[in-house]
Amino acid sequence: MAKFKGAIVVDTEKCKGCGLCVVSCPTAVIELARGVNGKGYHYAHMANPDACIGCSSCGLVCPDTVITVYRAKAS
Amino acid sequence: MTATTEINNIISEENLVYKKTDVLLDNEMHYCPGCTHGVIHKVIAEVIEEMDIQDKTIGVSPVGCSVLAYNYLDIDWQQAAHGRAPALATATARLMPEKYVFTYQGDGDLASIGCAEIIHACNRGENIVVVFVNNAIYGMTGGQMAPTTLENQVTATSPYGRDCASTGAPMKISEMVSLLPGTRFVTRQSAETAGAVRKLKKAIRKGFENTREKKGLSFIEIVGTCSSGWKLSPTQSNEWMKENMFPYYPLGTLKDE
Repeated sequence: MAKFKGAIVVDTEKCKGCGLCVVSCPTAVIELARGVNGKGYHYAHMANPDACIGCSSCGLVCPDTVITVYRAKAS
Repeated sequence: MTATTEINNIISEENLVYKKTDVLLDNEMHYCPGCTHGVIHKVIAEVIEEMDIQDKTIGVSPVGCSVLAYNYLDIDWQQAAHGRAPALATATARLMPEKYVFTYQGDGDLASIGCAEIIHACNRGENIVVVFVNNAIYGMTGGQMAPTTLENQVTATSPYGRDCASTGAPMKISEMVSLLPGTRFVTRQSAETAGAVRKLKKAIRKGFENTREKKGLSFIEIVGTCSSGWKLSPTQSNEWMKENMFPYYPLGTLKDE
């Protein structure tokens, strides 16, 4: 059981769906959505939120800095 | 507790660990999806915020995709003629020695048309930081061959692959400038993984610290991708970069005095 629980918030309208966060995530939390945003991009979202440990890898590699990361101690 | 309420509990101000720095403006970047420029802009902005030098930093933007860098970082900017960013930065740093001056240049700008400017700025050891983004192609004009294009790499102007017999070998600018006595810190970094981004941040911070200590020129090359020019997806571009660019442009610090 992970010591930390994390969560991310994606600015879906600004996301360009490059998918770099998807491959950077060590716990396979992020996927590109089936739906599209206003520009037609498949934006990133948390498909498997329980696995997120709030490591910030996705936020660091995001070229458009649309990901905000939160982390709390697991209860 | 349901999963949704648990996530909503985590998303609160006291649990915040990573957010966009205020030095980056809210303007949407014009770069293609997955472009390394976005990551590098962000890292520079974060270093400026950490060092609290937002009102003392002057950037010089190049000609190329990153010509519009002034739309994204909330600092003072100048825009130089093609390849002449080091000359403009030289004047700025000499006239205002208390400022932190950096140039932001791509490989078409720095290694091709601006080759003389950068070599002489490095030789004089101007007190500036040079951020050199090497993606082995001219991105803005449609993927033509650059001096840094790899051997046999297919581009718009080398459709059968780059022929080194007629165009010369890809230029290793960092190795060249590391031989000049004026440079104090020469390093080659990348930005494809979280670890690489952290290393890049340390390198850029060291560059600005060298400026503060009036140590001379810091040259930071970043091996990046151009998914539009390479005709690959952003994730495939990173793999291509690791397979082909890293053996020819090895990462690491070449000079640190």
